[in-house]
Amino acid sequence: MSVTAKNLCKDEFFYGHKACAGCGGSLAVRNALKVLGKNAVAVLPAGCMSAVGFNFPQLCFANNAIISTFAGTASMLTGIEAGFRARGIKDFTAVGFAGDGGTADIGIQALSGAIDRNDNIIYICYDNEAYMNTGIQKSGLTPFGAKTTTTPTGENIHGNIRPKKNMFEIVAAHDIPYAATATVGYMTDFLNKVEKASKIKGTKYIHVIAPCPTGWGIPVSDTIDSAREIVDCGLWYLAEYENGEFMLNHDPKEFTSVSDYMKKQSRFRHLTDEDIQIIIQSRDAKWEKIRRDWRK
Amino acid sequence: MKKFLSGDEAFAEGIRLAKPAIISAYPITPQTIVVERLSEMVESGSLESEFIHVESEHSALSCAMGASAAGVRAFTATSSQGLLYMAECLYYASGGRFPIVMMNANRSTALPWNIYGDQRDSISQLDCGWIQAYAENAQESLDLALMSYYIAEKTATPFMVNLDGFILTHTYEEVDIPNEEQADKFLPEFETDNKLDLENPKNMAFSAGPDYNYIFKFKEHQEMLNAVSVIDESEKKFAEIFGRKYSGLIENYKTEDVEFILITIGSIAGLCRETADKLRAEGKKVGVVRLRYLRPFPTAELVKTVKNAKAVGVLEKDISFGSEGTVFTNVNSALHGAKLQVPSYNFIGGLGGRNISRSDIENIFSAIENGAERVNFIGIEVE
Repeated sequence: MSVTAKNLCKDEFFYGHKACAGCGGSLAVRNALKVLGKNAVAVLPAGCMSAVGFNFPQLCFANNAIISTFAGTASMLTGIEAGFRARGIKDFTAVGFAGDGGTADIGIQALSGAIDRNDNIIYICYDNEAYMNTGIQKSGLTPFGAKTTTTPTGENIHGNIRPKKNMFEIVAAHDIPYAATATVGYMTDFLNKVEKASKIKGTKYIHVIAPCPTGWGIPVSDTIDSAREIVDCGLWYLAEYENGEFMLNHDPKEFTSVSDYMKKQSRFRHLTDEDIQIIIQSRDAKWEKIRRDWRK
Repeated sequence: MKKFLSGDEAFAEGIRLAKPAIISAYPITPQTIVVERLSEMVESGSLESEFIHVESEHSALSCAMGASAAGVRAFTATSSQGLLYMAECLYYASGGRFPIVMMNANRSTALPWNIYGDQRDSISQLDCGWIQAYAENAQESLDLALMSYYIAEKTATPFMVNLDGFILTHTYEEVDIPNEEQADKFLPEFETDNKLDLENPKNMAFSAGPDYNYIFKFKEHQEMLNAVSVIDESEKKFAEIFGRKYSGLIENYKTEDVEFILITIGSIAGLCRETADKLRAEGKKVGVVRLRYLRPFPTAELVKTVKNAKAVGVLEKDISFGSEGTVFTNVNSALHGAKLQVPSYNFIGGLGGRNISRSDIENIFSAIENGAERVNFIGIEVE
């Protein structure tokens, strides 16, 4: 049965934490755990979600949860999954929730190792496009042009000079059993991918866009709108990788304005028309390949 | 059953008998043989364990922590650069009170690159909250593999067993391998409350602010001190079942009527004892103390042994640049704390695997008797 707003589990597993208002990451974790249920064993590395959820004696997870080292989300998941199996426990889901830096930068080695071993885990990357917990520094998933505290904007450089690392296709290149992209803006799509992942054996990877109002420079009420618009304007896409094939889940007939999406966020407000043109060209090149090569 | 085994192989036999559910390891010379043997044991079914091929030492220990948090016995092994690469996880494992056992093949640390034995790798990690034992021979390696789990699990403290690279890891000796029945009698199945539990969910490895953090660290320290009595208990039980006796944190040799003592760690102790015998035959009242454990540090035991000596020397394959050998610092602290006015000299040698010969050790004993510099470098002329 597919997950809908109506049948989503009423129990709370990640609740009473100290995340900022409008936090996209905490929404992703909260709802994914509703799908996975009480037997989810969650691993969270150093980062926003562990910082807001595990302050002894205020521990907010109702299911089993543990903080891993920053680089060790996937490797700790491996150990937990193997350990539970060794104890003869069958009905559980080992799930990791790591941010963009914890996934694409410091944690990519351990993630690659886990996929290589095809460990039976779900790895969810909540991508807010910078190291938000430490105060908005550039990560490997910070998009081109974004202003962060380590990619300042000036006359010489207009923010981050490199595009996002393509984690979805990097994990797919490992021939992973299941990978998907998602956004908290299209929550049902995300949660159904989580549910689908929970039924597949081997390593599963879901990359979910999770806006951070503090880091993106948007009102706290705009998290969902921004998380939808990033898909609607074509700077993100909803797709899956399964059985060796890429599949596009949603093919917009017409993109909404990239400029409108970006100008609402203070991290992009400095961009010139030329900068935005570069971003549009790169978007179009990517979509040309997607539409040519991926199933629909 | 007696077999002709290297230190690494003997250790692997001990781990087979300890039956960890999870082994996660990454290869590094001279540790590799222990994990090769263990993977063969898993293949043949003589060890029912899951061997996880991790992609780094950091992941090796991170994975072992995951397994320990899931409530099962875990093992890993490393050396040198690998130990340093997993350093973050060393502190994490002790703070999380995960009773993991790790074998470390003592090896020099780069730069310059060098695969041979010295003890700078593990000694650099004395403060990470792991119990640290140093084996002298292959039999002790095997026995420590079993005892380490007993001690780690009773104190909820991870345990690092150190074997001198090549000199011990790759040298073959006769080793008595206990049978499984005996081993099971010695080492009970792993039981812990410090685990993730579906019936009673836990949040583990959490943050603790300034007030609580200090308390957790204090408790960690207390438990490490408590390990002294658990080590004693484990050795008594071990002697009862296996008939082999160990002497706790230190091993004294001819120290009853001693005037000059050489204190050292690891496999060099045998040569030190032989040299002491030769000097004893010449009428010198010399003895040897082997520190079997550096953490917890054998403060009381050392003071008791040294208190009537005229002078002591500390021989170690280690240096803390800009200071002195760290074992020496620790020994001096113990002597100072007991207000012992015994002259002490540091002898640093064997770095990067440089040989320490019998005549070197004779010279060390002579220097202890006749006085020397505070810190002396064996085989290097210092102007």
